[in-house]
Amino acid sequence: MSAVSSSPVIERGTATSRIAAIAVAVIIALLAIAPQFLSAGAVDRMTALFIYVILAAMWNALAGFGGLVSVGQQVFFGLGAYFAIRLADAGLNPFASLFVSAIVVGVVSWPLSLFMLRLRNGEFAIGMWVIAALTHLLVNLDRLVQGETGTSLISLNVYDAGTRRVAIYWLALASMTALLAILFGLLRGSTGAAIRAIRDNEDAAASVGVRVTGTKRLLFVLAAFGIGVAGALWLATSITFQPKTYFNVQWTAYMIFMVLVGGIGTFEGAILGALVFFLIETWFGGTGVWYLVGLGATAVLFSLFLPRGLWGTIEERFGLRLLPVGYRVRLPATAVDGDATPQQSTISREKA
Amino acid sequence: MSNQIIQGILLGGYYALIACGLSFMFSVMRIINLAHGSLAVFAAFALWWLASRFHIPPFVGLLIVLPLMAAIGWALQRFLLERSARGGALLPILTTFGLAIVIDNMLFEQFGADTRSLAPYIGSLSYDSWEWPGSIYVGKLAVIMFATAVILLGGLQLFLTRTRLGRSIRATSEDPDTAGLVGVDARRANAIAASIAMVTVGLAGAFLGMRATFDPYAGAPQLLFAFEAAVIGGAGSLWGTLVGGIVLALAQTLGAQVHPQGFLIGGHAVFLVVLFVRLSTSGLGLRGLLRLPSRSAS
Amino acid sequence: MSLLSVEDLVVRHGLLQAVRGVSFSIERGETLALVGANGAGKTTLLRAIAGAHQPAAGRVLLDGADLTNVPSHRRVGMGIALVPEGRKLFVQMTVEENLLLGRTAGRPGEWSVDRVLDMFPNLKPRRHAKTGHLSGGEQQATAIGRALMSNPEVLLLDEVSLGLSPLIVDRVYAALQGLIASGTTIILVEQDLNRALAVSDRVICMLEGRVALEGPSKAVSRDQVTKAYFGLHRKSPGSVPA
Repeated sequence: MSAVSSSPVIERGTATSRIAAIAVAVIIALLAIAPQFLSAGAVDRMTALFIYVILAAMWNALAGFGGLVSVGQQVFFGLGAYFAIRLADAGLNPFASLFVSAIVVGVVSWPLSLFMLRLRNGEFAIGMWVIAALTHLLVNLDRLVQGETGTSLISLNVYDAGTRRVAIYWLALASMTALLAILFGLLRGSTGAAIRAIRDNEDAAASVGVRVTGTKRLLFVLAAFGIGVAGALWLATSITFQPKTYFNVQWTAYMIFMVLVGGIGTFEGAILGALVFFLIETWFGGTGVWYLVGLGATAVLFSLFLPRGLWGTIEERFGLRLLPVGYRVRLPATAVDGDATPQQSTISREKA
Repeated sequence: MSNQIIQGILLGGYYALIACGLSFMFSVMRIINLAHGSLAVFAAFALWWLASRFHIPPFVGLLIVLPLMAAIGWALQRFLLERSARGGALLPILTTFGLAIVIDNMLFEQFGADTRSLAPYIGSLSYDSWEWPGSIYVGKLAVIMFATAVILLGGLQLFLTRTRLGRSIRATSEDPDTAGLVGVDARRANAIAASIAMVTVGLAGAFLGMRATFDPYAGAPQLLFAFEAAVIGGAGSLWGTLVGGIVLALAQTLGAQVHPQGFLIGGHAVFLVVLFVRLSTSGLGLRGLLRLPSRSAS
Repeated sequence: MSLLSVEDLVVRHGLLQAVRGVSFSIERGETLALVGANGAGKTTLLRAIAGAHQPAAGRVLLDGADLTNVPSHRRVGMGIALVPEGRKLFVQMTVEENLLLGRTAGRPGEWSVDRVLDMFPNLKPRRHAKTGHLSGGEQQATAIGRALMSNPEVLLLDEVSLGLSPLIVDRVYAALQGLIASGTTIILVEQDLNRALAVSDRVICMLEGRVALEGPSKAVSRDQVTKAYFGLHRKSPGSVPA
């Protein structure tokens, strides 16, 4: 074996990622002032987009990073709205209710995780669905909710429509940015390394001291909190609360679509997937049932032929990484061995 | 009260029927098919369509629908499940969930939101009953359902233990790599197992339609019931599924006595309790619950 | 024409090249011993011949027929049977069920459950026991019997003595002698050099995926094999062996 002439270089950010970081800051600033220039309908749609991004990012955090596919995340979406209704009914300011509700959801998810995280794969997936179904039934029992008739977040009506709309828009934008920032920070830190280790080989990770269950629990609670925020925000935009709408497994279908199409296990992928979903919904949402068939079929096709999603495939092809959550190892080009595999820069791979 | 218990036990036969395909597929191929319930509803709609359009009675319609389900099972395995299973344990969940969405909504597109039933097409069978001593009325359909479940489970058990194909399927489920090395075509074994599972799903769909009503979105609840019955039953043999189905049905029936919503709540609650007890005592996942062999064999 | 020939076979194991251009052939009725240190590529080579591993390059020919793209279950039907490393029995199934599975390919021949039990009489009382409950020697006997049930032309044995006490290994090899005497073609991977040389017609020593030594068992000396085994015959690290 001939000797390697220089040592490999490990780098975190690249020129591309630095540009991307600046772009992100600019985009957020633009979004913040956007309501000045957009119509009421457009503001509503953008709010929906922010909520979709939250949903996608959170489901991706759980499934793509935590390896926990759950078909029951709608339980937190519904609870986020439900607790908000309850808190507002108890007299809390409606906007505060939204926020506190999400915290309650996060707190409630902690003991749930103690139980559910002992399940694996498919049983965890359906187990969460059972939890969602049961929660839906229990929420229906609440007299305030009046079963499937539902109720409304009436106290929001105190504010006039215009102010309300913009306030919720900013709330959604702020929530989305905060949640993405938290996720990004987690991934860059030691939790991110733990996540990747668990993904590669759980037993090996545990044997070197990675706190496997603890890490998964963190992601579980974060996802619950985030999805709770999304549910509360959705309630704020639509005002009405019908359990059937919020606890519907359809929300999981949307989340799965967004993450599969965007790229499971990639940070950027969730955002891309939410955008794609948003666009498809804007154009085709009105076509009724075929829209849902299309979503399902697309999810199936992606899972069979493009399991890494759009972003995952782009990343693999071009080695592009906009937001630096991993490390890059650039191998020097001079190492030669008759049997060596061709030189390539090894990006820490985020795989499902 | 004893009437309720009898009803519960007989309903358990239906749950065993719908659960058996799900747990069969899981034990052979390690895949939980989230489209399971939707496929049962598909079969129910197919029978309904044959009955309402061509006046083919459901039991005769089965002669058409069951082979169709077998073919669907084979195709499902070959084109969908085999491929997605190669992507890891998580991908089949996503694939089958997507499939469930497609099936549910296509059924809605084709048949609309109305609930349907096969009861009008089976004459008096849907409400006929036998009277037992103590003025207990036992539905004829319920008994037929239960008997079918028992025969099916017994038949599957015999098939797996006594026939060459059954042995091949068991070998493939234990260790597909070594199965190939002894001459078993693992792909074919899995495809046949999927066909068999789908035939049971077809039967379950038929009984679903006969004993109750169904609509395009009825697949999800059926999936949850099947899953709960399979997990409650737990044992490695298929008979555990019968026990699980009965326990689930009893919990539901008794829950309904307590509260109008108690039917569903009772079932889910019992499932979670059983799961909790199992997990606390054994610390094993579903594989441990179903007492399946682990992959490594020396 | 040789019964089985391997031409320039390259097999990858993940990112590692486990077999790097191996060629050899074996005649009908011959017994070939394959020796080498752990990681030399012996198991991967046998698995590639049996069809469990797809080669990256090269081919395997059985009686002149190219086996590329033929899956393992069909190769059993063509006459190749592998007794895998670690035995790999179906532990939830009984001895008899394991043996019956060996017949899946449906090749005609003389092997039957009774004949296997005659060859390994210690299995007779264990006929209906789950193989997970058997001792090491019984498991090995079952694994060999399972392969024989397919009436193979070529029998591949991967480390049959692994984890067994010397006494049991003696018994296994006594049974093997019977097989050899009856004309079965055998490729045998064995760590115990003495046994390997004693029982085989030819020996191949592998090192890091390549053939380091090949020759008739009677003619090679222990010294030569040992050198090839550890790579001591190479003049400097990295150069191709002479």
